Formats: sequence, C-alpha cells, structure tokens
Amino acid sequence: MSDTLLTTKAISKVYEMGDIKVHALRHVSLDVAKGDFIAIMGASGSGKTTFMNLLGCLDHASSGEYILDGIAVHDMDDDKLTQIRNQKIGYVFQSFYLLPRTTALENVELPLLYCQKCSLHDRHQRAMDALKVVGIEDRAKHFPNQLSGGQQQRVAIARAIVNNPSFILADEPTGNLDTRTSIEVMAVLQELHAQGKTVIMVTHEPEIAQYAHRHITFRDGKVIRDKKNLSPKDAKTDLINLPRISEEEDE
Amino acid sequence: MSVLGILRIALRSLMRNKTRTFLTMLGIIIGVAAVITMLAIGQGAKQIVEDQVNSMGTNVVMVYSNFNRGNVRQAAGDGNLLTVDDVQAMKDELDGVLYASPVYNSWGQLKFEGNNWRGSIMGVDSDYFFIREMDISHGELFYGSDVENGAKVCVIGKTVADNLFPDTDPIGKIMRIRNIPFVVRGVLTPKGQNVMGRDQDDIVIAPYTTVYQRLLGRHWRVMSIIVSAHSRDYIHILQQDILALLQTRHRGTTAEEFIVSSQTELAETASSVSDTMTILLASIAGISLLVGGIGIMNIMLVSVTERVKEIGIRRAVGAGKRDVLLQFIIEAVSISFIGGLLGIALGVAAARIVGNAMNWSIAVTMWSVLLSVGFSMGIGIFFGWYPARKAANQNLIDALRYE
Repeated sequence: MSDTLLTTKAISKVYEMGDIKVHALRHVSLDVAKGDFIAIMGASGSGKTTFMNLLGCLDHASSGEYILDGIAVHDMDDDKLTQIRNQKIGYVFQSFYLLPRTTALENVELPLLYCQKCSLHDRHQRAMDALKVVGIEDRAKHFPNQLSGGQQQRVAIARAIVNNPSFILADEPTGNLDTRTSIEVMAVLQELHAQGKTVIMVTHEPEIAQYAHRHITFRDGKVIRDKKNLSPKDAKTDLINLPRISEEEDE
Repeated sequence: MSVLGILRIALRSLMRNKTRTFLTMLGIIIGVAAVITMLAIGQGAKQIVEDQVNSMGTNVVMVYSNFNRGNVRQAAGDGNLLTVDDVQAMKDELDGVLYASPVYNSWGQLKFEGNNWRGSIMGVDSDYFFIREMDISHGELFYGSDVENGAKVCVIGKTVADNLFPDTDPIGKIMRIRNIPFVVRGVLTPKGQNVMGRDQDDIVIAPYTTVYQRLLGRHWRVMSIIVSAHSRDYIHILQQDILALLQTRHRGTTAEEFIVSSQTELAETASSVSDTMTILLASIAGISLLVGGIGIMNIMLVSVTERVKEIGIRRAVGAGKRDVLLQFIIEAVSISFIGGLLGIALGVAAARIVGNAMNWSIAVTMWSVLLSVGFSMGIGIFFGWYPARKAANQNLIDALRYE
C-alpha cells in the first residue's frame, strides 16, 4: 500500500449544540491514493465540508482514525497538527483567504515564514517558482485587491503548493468565480495533477466535478457513492471551445 | 519559528497597515499626553495657589507686649517690654527664624509742596520687606546701612504716591513727615486691600532707627516684632520658642506679658487649600488615566478582533498558536512603546505651551510620566494580547469564517 496517501477509518464528527447532538459525519472509511484527483460532492449539510476540515487537520474528529503519509494524525495535539498543516497540506479556499494589503508574492511566502528551514533568498525563489507554476508571476508585486477573482485564486493555489505538500485540499475553489475563470482554475489544478500532485476538491457543482478522476458523494454524513470518473474532461480543451466574452472578468 | 522571524512578521504587518497602526498608536499617544499635560497643569495651578496663600503671611509670627495683663489697663508706653536686642537674639538663638524686624507704628501728616496726606508710618528694619514679600515698582528699597545710620529715607505705597505726587516722579524728592524731611527712595508695588479691607498701599515705610529718633513721642515708643519662619510647618514650635526666649531675656515676666500670634487661620486655610488641590490633582490623574485607558482598550480590542480571520489564515497555513500570539504581543508592545514616547513628547510640548501662555512655571514630573506610560502601555499590551490569545485558541474553522 505504498501508493496510499491517506486513510480514514470509521471517522465521525458530532457537534453538540446544547442538548441536541448533530452527527455531521458517521463512520466514514476511505482510502486516497497518491496522485489522485478527487471531487467530494454532496448537498449542503451532507458532511462534505466537515470531512474536508478533518482531512485538512483544521478540526478534530470525534472518533475514528486518520492516517496521513503513514502518520496517525487523529490523536495529535495542536502544535503537531500545526506542523502537519504547514508541511503536508496545501489549502485553497472558496473566498481565497489572502491577506489584504500584502503582495501576491508575500502571500505565497506565508507558509514558508512559519517553517524554520527556509532562508530569505530561498523563500523568494520558491514563492516565485510557485507563482510561475500557476502562470501569474507577472503579478507578484500586486495586492489582492488589484487582482481579479481568478488571479486571486491562482495566488491562493501558488500558496498551497509552495511548501510542496503531500496533497492540495480545495474547498469550493470555483464557488466565487464565473464559468470561464472556474474552468481556468480547474485547468491549473489539472496541470498540477498531471505533474503528480494529489488534489482533493470539495464542490457542489457537477460540471466542475467532471474534471476530477474520482467522485465521492456524501449524504447525511455518509459516503453514498464512490466511483471512478473514467472519462474526465480536459479543462484546457474546454477553454479553447468556450466562446470568449471578454478578457478575464472580475467576479 | 524563531523569535527573530516573528519579529520580522510583526514589524512587516505594522508597516503594511500604516493607518491602522497609526490609529491604534493614537490611542496611546492621546492617553499618555492627556495625563502628562493635565498633571503638569494641575501641579502648576497647585503651586500658584499655594504661593499666593503663602504670600499672605502664613509663615509670619507677630510679637507684642500685652498691655491688658491683670485687668489693669496701663498707659501704652509703660508696659513696653520688647527691645531691639530681642530681635537680634531671636535671629541669633532660634532655629527656623528666617527674618525678624522691629516694627514701630505711627500716624502723621505727610506733605510734598502743596499736597497733603494723612497716612500710616512704619519704622522697620530692611528685613521687613522680605518678611512681607514687598517689592518696589520703581526706585529702590532702603538697606541695612540706612537703618544703621538712621538715614532720613523712606519708601511709599502707591496711594501715598498718587496723592502727594500726582504729576511728578517721587523718586529722589524730599517729602515731609511731621515736618521732618525724608528722601523718597522708591514706590512699592501695589498690594491692594488686605483681607480686612485696609488699603495696604496707604503707607510710608522708613528705617526704624530714624522713626524712633525723629518721629515718636516718648510715650509712644511701643515696639512690636515681626518674625518669618523658614516654613509654615515650624510656626507652632517657633511661637513657643519665642515665648521661652523672651521670658529668659526679661527676668521676672510671665508668659501672659507677651502676645505671640500667628495667622493660624490663614495657615490652616493654606494647608486645606493644598490638600484640596492634591485631591483635585489625583482626580484629574485618575479620570485622565481611566478615559485614556478605555480609549486604548477599545482600539486594541477592535483592531485585534478585526483580524481574527487573519489569525485563522495564518494558523491554517502553519502558524502555531505561540507564533500568532508572539506576533500580536510584539505588535502591541511596539505600538505601545512608540505611542508612549510620542505621547510623552506631545504631553511635554502641550504643558510647555500652556505654561508659556498662562505664564505659569509648569514642570512635568517624573512620576506623572512613569504613571501614564506604565498604565497606558500595560492596558495597550494586555488588550493586544488578550483578544489575540482568544482568537488563537479559538476553533480554527470559526476563526477562518469570522466576518
């Protein structure tokens, strides 16, 4: 099982709101192989976001096991989880979560600031490289409010990959974008996937899920469907076929 | 993450948000400056009020012979016990005596050319001017040598000057006191009416030697002594010492034969004024600190709460709680420290300006600086640290979703 990236075993999450217990996630067991491109789908309230938070080590599971890169993550304390987040996971959020009044380059550098190994020069180099990968290196000195939604999401993706994480976790990465920029962002993610990165993406849009290679569908805190997408769409091809309305539009 | 690295992150964050940094700093600046200025002005006002009360003679002791002893009222001159030697003895033998002077009081006709005036005449030593804090508005005072020589010189109050010399400068002119010529040396700075409503400027002051020899009749050579103490705190002890000294010097007398009086009421008023001013000052300091502190607290709370999302983002990409907390503490300390320094500068400058405008001697005291800076920095750092700690310990997802 050397190609397994992560495994969850009967992982559950219960929120207690006063007397009422809300079971957001019920005994989910799942394997993710290295180099896969997964779309996690489901209606709102299905537990997909909770599952993603657990995978991203942003939250603790109520019960069950979570093994990432052969490391048991489920019983780690906050300090160790912080390191896992920094070293192994790259996040892409729906509303980008870039620091305001901070250049694209500095935003991408952020994860490197909190890892001791990188020198100043090294940081700049790696951040620039990451910006090149997402094709936005010419905007390195721009502030988030000077960038379009699509550009901001590319910066966020560059930030996610700058630390060379084990996988990229994208929460509704196209939720705030129009069709064209959505497909552009998917093209970037597909490109990263082609380079060997594992991508786990949460989305409620079926057409966006078509670009992934495996579909996992949640309902009521359980996985109700898990199947391979044998003919994923290619975002680059779609972009060529898409009628051009105007240059990159803002959201 | 190294402390140095966090320091760089914190400073970069401050530089990046110049407006927010400045506004936060402004809270500290105003807080510190307000306390320093208010305390400096209060201190100045306290000093001025105390000086004014003290200049009314709270440190002055008057010594008289008692003419009413044993229910036998005697002719004034007969009972006189005090001598000029007593004055010298007080100066030589008693601690706490600053100045002492004999005082002869008289009354008489004053004349210059065609102008006449009836006024009060005093014969004193040159020390008297210091005891009564008298100043000359022009001309000059008379001196110890004039007293020794029995010089026929005098200084006059403004009322006398206005009436005898309506059109001329009195300095150097020869006026007649009971027909004896005196040279006018100077005119006193007007003092106005005293508490009893008497015109303090209606007066002629001359050396007591001259007054004694030239102006007083044999039965009217009644002397009193005026003494000033180094501080009004010694007054009661000094009164007892004077009485004891007089009884030793005049054998066979009892304490009842002397009246040693001080302006106790005035002295009490002075200390109660001083206490009131101290309480006023403390209230000003307290309220300024409170208002400043609340301002600082609010702006720190708001500016940190506004950044909960930022804390979430930093934590999500791998900043530890300690890293985030340290960053916010460094930011709060930097803001408080620089704000404190600017506040001191502004407070001192404002105190100077007010001091110059009011012509007060306003001094910024060390304790007001330490108090205001210590308090403001403490509040600033605490309310920078506390909400940051709350945000760092908060559930990460809630922090990220925070709007």
